[in-house]
Amino acid sequence: MSENLNSTWTADEMMTIAAARTLKDGNTCFVGIGIPSTAAILAKSMQAPNLFLIYESGTVNTNPQKLPLSIGDGELANHALTVVGMPEIFNYWLQSGRIDVGFLGAAQIDKFANINTTFIGQTYDSPKVRLPGAGGATEIAASCKEVAIIIRQTTRTFVKQVDFITSMGFGEGPGSRAKNRLRGGGPSRVITDLGILEPDPETLELTMTYLHPGVDINQAIKNTGWELKVSPNLKTTKAPEQSELEKVRALVSTSDK
Amino acid sequence: MSKFLELPQAIESYVKNGDLIAMEGFTHLIPFAAGHEIIRQKIKDLTAVRLTPDLIYDQMIGAGCIKKLIFSWGGNPGVGSLHRFRDAYQNGWPNKIEIEEHTHAGLTNRYVAGASGIGFAVLKGYSGSDLVDHTKNVSEVKSPFSDEVLTAVAAINPDVTILHAQQADKAGNVMMWGITGVAKEAVFAASKVIVTVEEIVEKFSPKFSSIIIPSNLIDAISVVSNGAWPSYASDFYERDNNQYIAWDEISKERENFSKWLDDEIYSKSTAGKK
Repeated sequence: MSENLNSTWTADEMMTIAAARTLKDGNTCFVGIGIPSTAAILAKSMQAPNLFLIYESGTVNTNPQKLPLSIGDGELANHALTVVGMPEIFNYWLQSGRIDVGFLGAAQIDKFANINTTFIGQTYDSPKVRLPGAGGATEIAASCKEVAIIIRQTTRTFVKQVDFITSMGFGEGPGSRAKNRLRGGGPSRVITDLGILEPDPETLELTMTYLHPGVDINQAIKNTGWELKVSPNLKTTKAPEQSELEKVRALVSTSDK
Repeated sequence: MSKFLELPQAIESYVKNGDLIAMEGFTHLIPFAAGHEIIRQKIKDLTAVRLTPDLIYDQMIGAGCIKKLIFSWGGNPGVGSLHRFRDAYQNGWPNKIEIEEHTHAGLTNRYVAGASGIGFAVLKGYSGSDLVDHTKNVSEVKSPFSDEVLTAVAAINPDVTILHAQQADKAGNVMMWGITGVAKEAVFAASKVIVTVEEIVEKFSPKFSSIIIPSNLIDAISVVSNGAWPSYASDFYERDNNQYIAWDEISKERENFSKWLDDEIYSKSTAGKK
């Protein structure tokens, strides 16, 4: 078994590692729970030991040693530089524009990286599936200098039109963010289990720029609910190194779930 | 009257049918024992506000205490859905509930306005989200000093705020540390304040990131050890993540939930987990 450790990996492991690699050392990063949190903690053990992590629960510059199940786990508070109240987090840190990167998950995303975490199917008042809602995401998407989104790529998640815009990406395209008075730069990349998408510099439409090793472009097209734009310079993501796989597995093994 | 009361007496004295109630604690220090006592006393028609309804409001909704929920993130953290909330909202069991949904930033600022004694707070928030079309108490306001257009949120002023904290001292001051969320704002915004605590100490010793709630802001203090279980109380006990995971199964079907309500709430006297 162990000799195969560096030759195979799961799609989720690839997604988490690819996301972790995009975080720069010294950046201030506002993190949502789940895979975004796993990727951010992983990044601190890789190229970004000085990543300044902030969670909406009030934990500032935290260095968790194991994966938190919830956003307010004691693990986050016990390893924080300081723990502050939520007005400070949302008004002083986030709203004022002090966060470099917001790291979010989503249930649905469209081609302008608008995301939905509110409901799926039918109407707001009578939803088919009710989801938790906004939490911190709406203002994270609005105010961070850039936003990275981590989401598995399927026709259920990559949809032509999201059922509800919980958090705005680029709205209906160029001009939408300014019209809505959103301070931050918006989504800079979407990391999936199949590859990475980045907004086209002019149209702002999400464009496939990387495929993970072993993934075929037809697979990405088939798993996208709109006509997927593909970069003419489509690249292949660097395969996970053994040390990255060991770190992500060690981290995931600390979770209660 | 001394403010040190047994929990049933504190709830009976200060929580009435139809109240606007805030039971705060962001993942940490959630006042579960107080919530269970409200269920036991069959208090009804509450408008209940909390950033994250969490299991505590899921339980109170399932027990029929809540008619309206004001919230900003309604899931079981790290696990999935709140089934009792969904059943009430989507199917009207045991009663239909109305919802008023916000973002964390927005609801936090509603408390800030309430705590400050002014009618509304301003922020840059909700913009670009469909939420504004479905949420009352959110509007736009133009700056009197520039062309800046901001979001206004109405103040929220609970009839009663209930918190759990680690310690009270003998004079009736309260100290809490670790994640404190909007605890301070919820206290200052409220007409009445009940705090359950793990223990009473002679004198506080300083703790990392602690806040103090002075006695004159508090109406009742009840000692309930483990009163935040299955959430946690930093330096006393850890979050019972397995119980949060188990809740998914307990709460999924009405029958299972009703049995849990009988076994764990109605047939027990007040207390945290022993």
